[in-house]
Amino acid sequence: MENQENNIIIVKNLTKKFGNFIAVDNASFDVKKGDIFAFLGPNGAGKTTIIKILTTLLNPTSGELRINGHDPVDEEHEARSSFGIVFQDPSLDEELTAYENMKLHSVLYRIPKEIRESRIEEMLKFVELWDRRNDFVKHFSGGMKRRLEIARGLLHHPKILFLDEPTLGLDPQTRNHIWDYMLNLNKKEGITLFFTTHYIEEAEKVAQEVAIIDQGKIVAQGTPAELKQKTKALTLEDAFLNLTGRKIREEEAGAIDRMRMRRRVHHR
Amino acid sequence: MEIEIIYTLWLRQIKRYFRSKSRIIGSLGQPLLFLLAFGFGFGPIYQKAGQGNYIELLAPGIIAMSILFTAVFSGIEIIWDKQFGFLKETLVAPVSRLEIMLGRTLGGATVAFFQGLIVLVISLFAGFKIESTSMLFTAFLFMALIAILFTALGTAIASVLEDMQGFQLIINFLIMPLFFLSGALFPIENLPAIITKINPLAYGVDGLLGALTNRIHFGFTTDFLVLGSLVVVLMVIGSYLFSKIQI
Repeated sequence: MENQENNIIIVKNLTKKFGNFIAVDNASFDVKKGDIFAFLGPNGAGKTTIIKILTTLLNPTSGELRINGHDPVDEEHEARSSFGIVFQDPSLDEELTAYENMKLHSVLYRIPKEIRESRIEEMLKFVELWDRRNDFVKHFSGGMKRRLEIARGLLHHPKILFLDEPTLGLDPQTRNHIWDYMLNLNKKEGITLFFTTHYIEEAEKVAQEVAIIDQGKIVAQGTPAELKQKTKALTLEDAFLNLTGRKIREEEAGAIDRMRMRRRVHHR
Repeated sequence: MEIEIIYTLWLRQIKRYFRSKSRIIGSLGQPLLFLLAFGFGFGPIYQKAGQGNYIELLAPGIIAMSILFTAVFSGIEIIWDKQFGFLKETLVAPVSRLEIMLGRTLGGATVAFFQGLIVLVISLFAGFKIESTSMLFTAFLFMALIAILFTALGTAIASVLEDMQGFQLIINFLIMPLFFLSGALFPIENLPAIITKINPLAYGVDGLLGALTNRIHFGFTTDFLVLGSLVVVLMVIGSYLFSKIQI
């Protein structure tokens, strides 16, 4: 693979099959260093699968990948150190305090002991959770948990932050709040943001680059303005609909969806 | 391999256990019920049959049971944890899967051991008498072996199961038979030898019975060797399957 210095994420001819089902079909796209990159697509298009592959949770069937110059299959630890991630489903330990969750992360990412405490303090203050550091995460609201996950994902100073539906289920106030942090971070630290969302207007507002995926294939990539121009649409949402069609996607519920459903019922 | 990472993950399990008082008490319900129901129900019959005090047989069996269930559950929890829990955070961290698996398994096993310890103390109040305190250490050893063995088993199973649907199957067709056919409730001599010989829990119960009440069937050395080698085998299998987890 030729060295493309400016691209922090490189995906080339990526394919992922589950049995006979092709979840990702020969997808290629690049993300420039320091960009805010929106990854859009209807349900079941393959967004989460690609994020899982990029973040070493899933092995690709074929294709070439680079995360900050590292292959997530062969150099998984180097790749892992390069990114932070906020998952679609929570991954905090709810029985621990906010501080303890951060502490665990600092050990897992081998942040030197001398700077652990100051780094945790800095990040918790950044998301305005320092005052709540000794509270158990199970008492946090959805927005607070998401903020804590962002702070945790940033603790080891990653080059890339993956966000899978970071604002799903949050009210507009919290959503704006969270985007303020992230835009601020992108501006100050030059961190690359890679996010998925169903709120297309959100993507239109913040994203510098957009890729649209449908049925495992990348159907378009460009700036929001380019995509609108290309599809003769007034908004990114119209461009999105023009590219992916207006048909509602019937997605079969997999094991994870069933568990997610049960989880929601239990939490009510 | 880094001890700090294993230690931190172990400590996390311990903290969770001691913080959740309701869970500790809740999980004591079943062993208490078994002690009471079987103790009162079968005790007199057992005595009339000239077998002596039933609690001497029952208490070590119930201790083994509570360790077995706590251990298997803590392993099985991985199914849930890998999708909706903290496990995912560890899987994308730059640490080896072996470290995660060891930390988790040792944490789960420690919790199971504590659970067994609590049941041991409770059974003392129910009239159970320890034969010799000098053998207590041996009893602890067997409790630890049962705990590690079955946490590793749970981890191995959970690593290949996709969702909780297979869970009932495992409980009813693996864990329950292991328990009922181990000599934890009835004298092992009355069970078909072919079954008890292939039941790993039978060796654990036997070692525990031997250490606590001087009543032994297979012998300490056999018990220890069987359990010890199974622990090694299952830790290897568990680590392998765990390292292959994709979500």
